[in-house]
Amino acid sequence: MLSESDLIRYERQIMLDGIGIKGQEKLKFSKVLIAGIGGLGSPAAYYLAAAGVGTIGLADFDEVSLSNLNRQILHRTSDVGRLKVDSAAEKLSLLNPNVKINKHNIKLTAGNIADEVKDYDVIIDAADNFETRFLINDSCYFLQKPVVEGAVCGFEGILMTIVPGKTPCYRCLYPDLPKGEPFKGIIGMTAGMIGSLQAFEAVKLLLGIGEPLLGRLLIFDGLNASFRVIDWSKKRNCPFCGENAIVKNSAEI
Amino acid sequence: MVAKINGKEENIANGTSLLSLLELKSVNPDFVVIEYNYEIPEREKWGEIFINDGDNIEIVKFMGGG
Ligand SMILES: [Zn+2]
Repeated sequence: MLSESDLIRYERQIMLDGIGIKGQEKLKFSKVLIAGIGGLGSPAAYYLAAAGVGTIGLADFDEVSLSNLNRQILHRTSDVGRLKVDSAAEKLSLLNPNVKINKHNIKLTAGNIADEVKDYDVIIDAADNFETRFLINDSCYFLQKPVVEGAVCGFEGILMTIVPGKTPCYRCLYPDLPKGEPFKGIIGMTAGMIGSLQAFEAVKLLLGIGEPLLGRLLIFDGLNASFRVIDWSKKRNCPFCGENAIVKNSAEI
Repeated sequence: MVAKINGKEENIANGTSLLSLLELKSVNPDFVVIEYNYEIPEREKWGEIFINDGDNIEIVKFMGGG
């Protein structure tokens, strides 16, 4: 049930077709895990808290550093040295004290990830490295958890929503880890753009509204101010979701 | 012949493979994946796939930053 103050806090979204009181109540009982509270996770978490998603999990084991602050907008200069989950939880609770924040101050590994994601409806992948992204996607594929996959590099970003059994999987896009060191340059607005779209995709999945990016890839190019959406198909011989899938459970990864 | 590359029609010389297309565009093959006519060919096959008139090619960068 929504309280009197909930009705006021969320009135501008409750008046939207597709949300309403029912949708708002649905959000209140929804649980979203955000893996990585950096450039993508900051705006994603802030918008989900603002929208009234009832439970938000924050998974990160890092501390805030000065060089994070050009893009990781939940953290402030005075937070340097603090755990990101502490810094983020504080801001989110100040914004919306009705949201339950679960802090997962651990490094996700093959051994703990099933436990960490099991209580959540949607996982937002906002990790800053490919190893964690493969871990999240491989595990969620077998746990049947939807993943909103967003990533950024430089002035560009990419977004897709992965629903196991229904859409191409992450391995259909990226079969293996890329060779070589990834480029680290990034301007904050790129992450702000993709992170808020990740929150948007999560809300669409939770409410069953609109057209999530299923089997489609959104590519954002900030320098061109362009968004392209392209159809992305299953890879016929994908080791996970292809015709002769060779990986049958997460123990084989 | 004309093929669509990342949404834009481009003139491509006969006998251009996916791998030589990347070379022409100075793209390091290690940092991208390719969708060719809505299928995802193995990276090892890129040198053997020759572009035809009307093909649709998407070159997508590896992006993993957060
Ligand atoms: Zn797949």
